[in-house]
Amino acid sequence: MTNVIEKLEKEQMRLDIPKFDSGDTIKVHVKIREGEKERIQIFQGVVIKKTKGHAGARFTVRKISGGVGVERIFPLYSPAIDKIEIVTKGRVRRSKLYYLRNLRGKAARIKEKRFA
Amino acid sequence: MNGMIGKKIGMTSAFSPDGRLVPVTVVQVGPCVVTQVKTMDKDGYTALQLGFDETPVERLSKPVAGHLKKACDKGFRVLKEFRTQNVDGIEPGAVLNLDMFAIGEKVTVAGTTKGRGFQGTVKRHGFSRGPETHGNRNHRKPGSIGNSAWPAKVIKGKRMPGHMGVDRETVKNLTIVDIKHNDNLLLLKGAVPGSKTGVVEIHKIDK
Repeated sequence: MTNVIEKLEKEQMRLDIPKFDSGDTIKVHVKIREGEKERIQIFQGVVIKKTKGHAGARFTVRKISGGVGVERIFPLYSPAIDKIEIVTKGRVRRSKLYYLRNLRGKAARIKEKRFA
Repeated sequence: MNGMIGKKIGMTSAFSPDGRLVPVTVVQVGPCVVTQVKTMDKDGYTALQLGFDETPVERLSKPVAGHLKKACDKGFRVLKEFRTQNVDGIEPGAVLNLDMFAIGEKVTVAGTTKGRGFQGTVKRHGFSRGPETHGNRNHRKPGSIGNSAWPAKVIKGKRMPGHMGVDRETVKNLTIVDIKHNDNLLLLKGAVPGSKTGVVEIHKIDK
């Protein structure tokens, strides 16, 4: 019985989504439907949260738009996501970056991960 | 054919055709076998009796086994009747599948709710509760149940504490998010009465 639900949830998972973590800056290409036409909008920002799950897995991207902080929550395996590009890997010390909400400008920067 | 019998599997979330993540109940529906056709001439109304959840014939009581023998040589744990306008050409023994449903269609689901035991008026009837503190002692009391000298009795049907749950409940207008024909699964948006493995009826909505 739980196998049935697990199977359904696994069917919905997408294998083309790259691995990324909290602190990374990513570009989410979102499909937007306007009547008949479909176009792609890019949402670029810092991943401040990731939740686990199969079909229910989600992540939150935060960006500053016109001086106002904007956060968008995406289901990780959503069919509305065309693709995800990783811009930079960030070096952070926690998985939920809620502290960024209280920071502005220079203080809200995240160090880039260095690969030796 | 107006409906089918199913078994609630549980809840999860799924992507609807328009790409939204919606809460869904997974229901295993059918395959159902027609065990009896009720006709105008014989019974005074038209209906189909369906059998669901196959079980060995030895497990059934002799009267039920004898009744099912007329349709097919299988046994069923659940038998339910569905009022159907047109029963011409349907023979006992016919197997019904999910073909009668379509994605995006709305259905009505009936089932037996979970048993909640003896409950007070706050949970059972949605009465408001009293304050918790400031010397208040009326926490979850039902309050007055009637007048004194007249009518000098409690009126019938007064909502009071008592047994809650294990009632038949019907939910209307649940949208079908997805149909898995191979596994006989129906994904319905929203909740469905009853516990997991509970038997539910899925009714088509008359247009």
